[in-house]
Amino acid sequence: MKSSVITFPGSNCDRDMDVALKKFGFKNKMVWHNDVEIPKSDLVVLPGGFSYGDYLRCGSMASKSKIMSSVINFAKSGGLVMGICNGFQILVETGLVPGVLLRNKYLEFICKNVFVKINNKKNTYFKNINKDVVEFHIAHNEGNYFCTKDQLTEIEDNQQIAINYCNKDGKIENQFNPNGSIKNIAGIFNKEKNVLGMMPHPERMIDTSLSGEDGSIFFKNLINNLK
Amino acid sequence: MKISVIITLKKDVLDPQGKVIHQTLDGMGFNDINEVRQGKYFEIDTKESDPKKAKNKVEEMCKKLLANLVIENYKIIEV
Repeated sequence: MKSSVITFPGSNCDRDMDVALKKFGFKNKMVWHNDVEIPKSDLVVLPGGFSYGDYLRCGSMASKSKIMSSVINFAKSGGLVMGICNGFQILVETGLVPGVLLRNKYLEFICKNVFVKINNKKNTYFKNINKDVVEFHIAHNEGNYFCTKDQLTEIEDNQQIAINYCNKDGKIENQFNPNGSIKNIAGIFNKEKNVLGMMPHPERMIDTSLSGEDGSIFFKNLINNLK
Repeated sequence: MKISVIITLKKDVLDPQGKVIHQTLDGMGFNDINEVRQGKYFEIDTKESDPKKAKNKVEEMCKKLLANLVIENYKIIEV
């Protein structure tokens, strides 16, 4: 399976993602934001970081960079595109997934492990995964998911909510919401479920001695689903 | 010619920064404030000399980059 990770000026989780993808069997290529075409890929990842220094709005500049037309075409033709953290912010700015990510409710940068509940397994990302609740890491200042009422109705009707912040037993309650996101939303799909944007970093959970194993479960499952 | 743009958050979008500024002003003795909303201001100097054409171009810029229309409104002002 082939993957591509796009590096923008200011990306800082691109290498971590490269390590994670290779560890679980992807042949990964790093792609520079100024390139025009993405190489032939089964998965394209927009990594975390602070592309363009978060100028204007997080992800807004990166969403207009050269490589993104190719990424958008790939997504629109059904290709798998996953945006993590800043990658999620870039995805909402392209309009590939609905909504926006606002400043965290309590104005603090949040860096901690969280539990998220998988809300929809009828997609390539989470199909056959043997867990309902996984522990991932978050590190962000703008992760407060917001959308209009009409958008929320549409998102819910189309089962586009991918994961919600919860406790270790999978309870989705306000007290387990780290950043003020509507409905504890931590990740969201496009209508067709081939594009996934999420704030948590699975690539930071691929080694027991460093963090945890739930990222390993996610990546192993993903590559199996693609085979 | 110069064109200015003011970007403001839509009414029902939470503005925690505005809230904190409000609280701070309140603490400084400015007690008669109802609400503070933080926004953005741009000055765009364009080669276009026809005001109508320039405004249209800036409007396009607002829609495509300067504002995110899910949460923000824009106002274009000729300087």
